[in-house]
Amino acid sequence: MKNVHKRFPGVYALNNVDFELHEGEVHALLGENGAGKSTLIKILGGIYKADEGDIYINGKKTEINNVFNAQENGIAIIHQELVLVPHMTVAENIYLGREPVKGKFVDKEKMNTETAELLKAYNMNFTPETLIADLTIAQQQMVEIVKAVSSNAKILVMDEPTSSISDKEVNFLFGIIKTLTAKKAGIIYISHKMSELWEICDRVTVLRDGHLVGTKIVNDISKDELISMMVGRRLEQYYTRDFHSDGEVILRTEHLCDDGMVKDVSFELHKGEILGFAGLIGAGRSETMQCIFGLRKKYTGAVNLHGEDVHFTSATGAVKKGLALVPEDRKMEGLYHTQSVKYNATIEVLKQFIKGIFFNKKTETGIADKYVSMMNTKTPTLDQPVGHLSGGNQQKVMIGRWLATNPSVLILDEPTRGVDVGAKAEIYSIMNYLAKQGLSIIMISSELPEIINMSDRVYVMANGTIRGCLSHTDVTQEAVMKLAAE
Amino acid sequence: MANKRITALKTNRSVYLYFKENLGIIVAFIVLFGFLSVNPITTKAFLTSQNMFNVLRQISTNMYLACAMTMVIILGGIDLSVGSIIALSGCVAAACVARHGMPIPAALITGVLVGMLFGMINGFIIAKTTIPAFIVTLATMDIARGFAYVYTGGSPVRVVSKAWQFIGAGYIGIFPVPVLIMIVVVIVTGLLMNNTRLGRHIYAVGGNVQAATFSGISVTSVKFWVYTYSGLMAGIAGVVLSSRMYSGQPTAGNGAEMDAIAAVVVGGTSMAGGAGKIGGTIIGALIIGFLNNGLNLMNVNSFWQYVVKGVVILLAVFLDFIRTTKK
Repeated sequence: MKNVHKRFPGVYALNNVDFELHEGEVHALLGENGAGKSTLIKILGGIYKADEGDIYINGKKTEINNVFNAQENGIAIIHQELVLVPHMTVAENIYLGREPVKGKFVDKEKMNTETAELLKAYNMNFTPETLIADLTIAQQQMVEIVKAVSSNAKILVMDEPTSSISDKEVNFLFGIIKTLTAKKAGIIYISHKMSELWEICDRVTVLRDGHLVGTKIVNDISKDELISMMVGRRLEQYYTRDFHSDGEVILRTEHLCDDGMVKDVSFELHKGEILGFAGLIGAGRSETMQCIFGLRKKYTGAVNLHGEDVHFTSATGAVKKGLALVPEDRKMEGLYHTQSVKYNATIEVLKQFIKGIFFNKKTETGIADKYVSMMNTKTPTLDQPVGHLSGGNQQKVMIGRWLATNPSVLILDEPTRGVDVGAKAEIYSIMNYLAKQGLSIIMISSELPEIINMSDRVYVMANGTIRGCLSHTDVTQEAVMKLAAE
Repeated sequence: MANKRITALKTNRSVYLYFKENLGIIVAFIVLFGFLSVNPITTKAFLTSQNMFNVLRQISTNMYLACAMTMVIILGGIDLSVGSIIALSGCVAAACVARHGMPIPAALITGVLVGMLFGMINGFIIAKTTIPAFIVTLATMDIARGFAYVYTGGSPVRVVSKAWQFIGAGYIGIFPVPVLIMIVVVIVTGLLMNNTRLGRHIYAVGGNVQAATFSGISVTSVKFWVYTYSGLMAGIAGVVLSSRMYSGQPTAGNGAEMDAIAAVVVGGTSMAGGAGKIGGTIIGALIIGFLNNGLNLMNVNSFWQYVVKGVVILLAVFLDFIRTTKK
């Protein structure tokens, strides 16, 4: 791709960007949210058309005017949001739109045998007749990849393929990537998890504010150098951590069990600490927190908050007692997308400015303004629909929403998922600040670096049970993985 | 710094916003109104206070339903049963007087309560199960209509009493009573949606029900009360109509739910839920009312009136579609 320009009303999304992908290489595309990664990918995939610039495939100038053109030219994009049809089978999804036919009818047999071969080739342990809805997110991701590969794509774009899968599954994915590159496919790899770059990528191209910052060979560059390329300055401290907990127990659970997802979970949370919960996806971490928060009400066992036994049957009760939960999936479980930042920031504290039919707009704006500024959220106005903000800023609105309730326990489920580097550092620094103020924080995270660097203590869960507790001084990547692996 | 900028932009601009958000239909309404005022065929009859009050009285019952329907649709639901509830509550109220000799106020309240009870049944089932509102209210639509026929034996229940007509055809000063009720309903609904916690919660549940659960909003009680309110409004519409017609008619309100939905949709509320405004619905109901009036004054064949109404609805949502896709 050469000299690519793309302008949107009010935004110069790509300004003279060059990008080169070799046969059989994995090329990382890096940049903060809004840097222009997705725009570049969408131009390649035929979703947008570049205002200026050309695309060359195998040295030949190629016009890509729509998604169909892109597919014809062997370009396949695996989007961050999965686009599979949940109530159709794996085989039907893989061959969607290009079903093999026998006469006038779909040749189901051929479709299923060919899919079975593909699944076998990539070591996948489910059948072509499985419904997509019955697969885990990670398995669905694999289906997406197989679908892309099966169309004989030579250029494969993966947009944050590891954002919702666990470390074990990541290794599996990397195995597939290696098979693909051995077959001479080129892969464009977008990820916010920087450590993956050195594992899987050959070269990296960094974009910032629509400009090309540079293309480097991954092994020639350090993480710090990459981060400064991305943010345009050196981040003094990525992880901020200088809080001290005094050991007073705020929240305690005893023998928590729920429906096979949570098995005999007992733990303690101290005042003013950041307590990490590590483990693979599906280890029961989110489910444990949902029991405590009243979102799963049929659990057995005891929850003790501030020395008082509680059993919440809805989030309403939990919020009243000073609990706050920032959910894992902010799109599905957190945000009201079409509503304003103000609405989203204040939905938990309506009582503070609405009394019966008397509605104090000034107080509302004051509250929203306070927490939006405190979180350093970047938004043009408070009336901006929250769906228009970047992932990092949406997450800041979510955290601000819960801080407004003045909680004594804050549960953060994957607080930095889909959040860019700059916003991550800010979220860490705010967590540290809050812990210093005496707030007790539970952080569920599948990103080991943040677990290791931010937590006071770390509980490792696997298969619904707690496998061990590590103190800040003992916690290493190996120690966590050893406990997390079943 | 960012702090100050945000605050500065946060002055109260609700009136301006109201006009900006509803610009399309406000212009459409003004054009329609202007056309009927200057058109030589209609001008004489149109711009009289009697005609104005007539139109307002005609649209009043649709406005009660449309106000509640706006809440239901923003909640992400639908209420098809309101037309049938009109018939049942009107018949019950009329029969209370004609058959059982109840005092008129008590009969009216009984009729309204019947409507509210149906709303509660809708609300209870929709809140407690995952059965779609469309199906639940489709069923209660048939049930309420059936009860109205069974109860009356299929013929109107006449009420011969001057006092009975007050609520549907009477006046306070120069104002028709149904119009005054309409004003109260609009104000109450507007306050509910814009100024109360329930209003905020309705937008939340309609916008993202899972997020609402995670927010600690009681989704079941929000749903229950919204459908109850819808039943209540249908009950009021039922007794007002039966008063105006001197009788409880088991066929009353046939298709009224569709007129209410039309007003809501013309008013710019999305059927997807989570977004919309009462202010838009008010203009939507006015447009439909004045359109009917204008077509009558121009002596347009009533069969053609259906076609015109349909085209106007399509046009309204089409304009809205263009406006939103441009963004």
